Amino acid sequence: MTELAIDVKRLTKKFGSRIVVNNIDIQVPKGKIYGFFGPNGSGKTTTIRMLCGLLTPDAGEGTCLGYDIMAQTQMIRKKVGYMTQKFSFWDDLTIQENVEFTANIFGMDHVSERTREALVKLGLQHRSDQSAGTLSGGWKQRLALAACILHQPEILLLDEPTAGVDPKARRELWDELGRLSEDGMTILVSTHYMDEAERCHELIYIAYGNLIVRGSTQQVIDQTHLKTLE
Amino acid sequence: MLFSFQRLKALINKELIQLKRDRATLAMMIMLPIVQLMLFGYAINMDPKHLPTAVISRNNTFLTRSLITGLQNAGYFKITQTVSGDKQEERLLRQGRVLFVVMIPDNFTQNVIRGQKSALLLQADATDPTAVSGAVGALNTIAAKVITTELKGALGFLKNAAPAFSIDVQKAYNPEGFTRYNIVPGLIGIILIFTGAMMTSLPLTREQERGTMENLLSMPVQPLEVMIGKITPFIFIGLFQSLVVLFIARFLFSIPVFGNLSLLFGCILLFILCNLAIGFLISTAAKNQTQALQMSVFVLLPSIMLTGFMFPFQGMPQWAQNIGRMIPLTYFVRIARGIMLKGAELQDIWPHLYPLDLIVIVITLFMLRVYQNTLD
Repeated sequence: MTELAIDVKRLTKKFGSRIVVNNIDIQVPKGKIYGFFGPNGSGKTTTIRMLCGLLTPDAGEGTCLGYDIMAQTQMIRKKVGYMTQKFSFWDDLTIQENVEFTANIFGMDHVSERTREALVKLGLQHRSDQSAGTLSGGWKQRLALAACILHQPEILLLDEPTAGVDPKARRELWDELGRLSEDGMTILVSTHYMDEAERCHELIYIAYGNLIVRGSTQQVIDQTHLKTLE
Repeated sequence: MLFSFQRLKALINKELIQLKRDRATLAMMIMLPIVQLMLFGYAINMDPKHLPTAVISRNNTFLTRSLITGLQNAGYFKITQTVSGDKQEERLLRQGRVLFVVMIPDNFTQNVIRGQKSALLLQADATDPTAVSGAVGALNTIAAKVITTELKGALGFLKNAAPAFSIDVQKAYNPEGFTRYNIVPGLIGIILIFTGAMMTSLPLTREQERGTMENLLSMPVQPLEVMIGKITPFIFIGLFQSLVVLFIARFLFSIPVFGNLSLLFGCILLFILCNLAIGFLISTAAKNQTQALQMSVFVLLPSIMLTGFMFPFQGMPQWAQNIGRMIPLTYFVRIARGIMLKGAELQDIWPHLYPLDLIVIVITLFMLRVYQNTLD
């Protein structure tokens, strides 16, 4: 049996009387790209927020990297990188300041060196003094990804990372995710694009808070008769 | 395109629906005029009454007893202390426990009967000049009336002569009666409310509004770290602002600081903390920056009206005083005036300092309970 990075059972979240996530089990094997597939409003964001400790589940139990998702959220936060759906770095800070801030929050050593490395890798070293708010959508997203993997997390959670991004940038992002996965990082990515789902190793398909089907990508596609629009 | 009433109706309807759903704005719009009207109509008393007064009577006769009763009944003064002198009255004034001390000298009655001039001494805390001018007039009228009424029978013949007394006024702390002496110490407080409550609540709600809070909270940070991180810059800004105001007050308006400067800054620091705590509280309650701004105005308005900053605190009706006692600025105004104008020391301001401490502790504890590092 493969080792699990995320292992949660009966995860449930209600907002008032509305059940947003209903009794969902998620098992993500280490080093895999795990797709979180479903239409808008199906509870993908809420689930991801519960996995990284931003929301407290109303019911359920489980572990993330061996840490309890109810009690040890602070430990989880240190080892997880979470990229929000909407660009959520600071518009009024420069690119460099954003990266430096993140490095410091994660308590990294040699912050200025690591920042420079990250900026070079991004290809943004010449624009490091530009404020993040003035970047284009694609660049913002690349900056966010770079900042999220800065502390070399064991799990990367991405919430619809390609929303509002052009096809070329989308392809580049997925190539990058592939490389990170080969290096051993566990990746959980939510999407509602079929072609992106096909690039995942395993898929879970949820709609309106309920789990519809899970399994390897091919299994899910076969069972649900989902097709790529090409 | 012709003007369409259908479209207009739809537009108005949309605005009404949005307004109805924005409960905070709606409540504010309804409450603000009511609150303002109440404050101006009832609480703010430009003609104050029942101002706390101490009496020193060196002459115990039917006339002086009657005079004290007269002071008591006329409504302007409220005799809260009867002291025997010995500098006791100075302390009461400095602590702000009384606004006035009325001293009836030895042989006052005898002198009045003999037709020799005798002077009543009115010592006044003149940091608030409006209250003083009223007191002089009131004392004059009361004394004249009491004397004419009491002089009857064999002494009746004295009635027709002008009453043989005068009033000596000693204006303590602000002899020239400058209004700015009264305003400036409190103004530091008002500025600190702006910085603390308003300017702190905005960046915090901005984080929530822009979604950067979600990012911040997904990182390994402690709530206390976020709080201290947000607050610290404003502590320095507040101290700097106070320094600027004091500097301008000293060199442009010649308003001195009689008391200990480090004691004053210690109290300023405490008041800054208090406002930062309030600002933080606002930001946890407000959904966006506009709401935060509205809530800060709600803090600011009663601070201006009900704290003795602009209008004499003791002149307000009891219920308004009770509200005022819950507002931090009330205590800060007394402390700042005490230290700056009266040279008050720690033991003098302590009665006003401990409620301020208490407010800071209560709000901070409450906030630590309320503030979570999740999005729940």
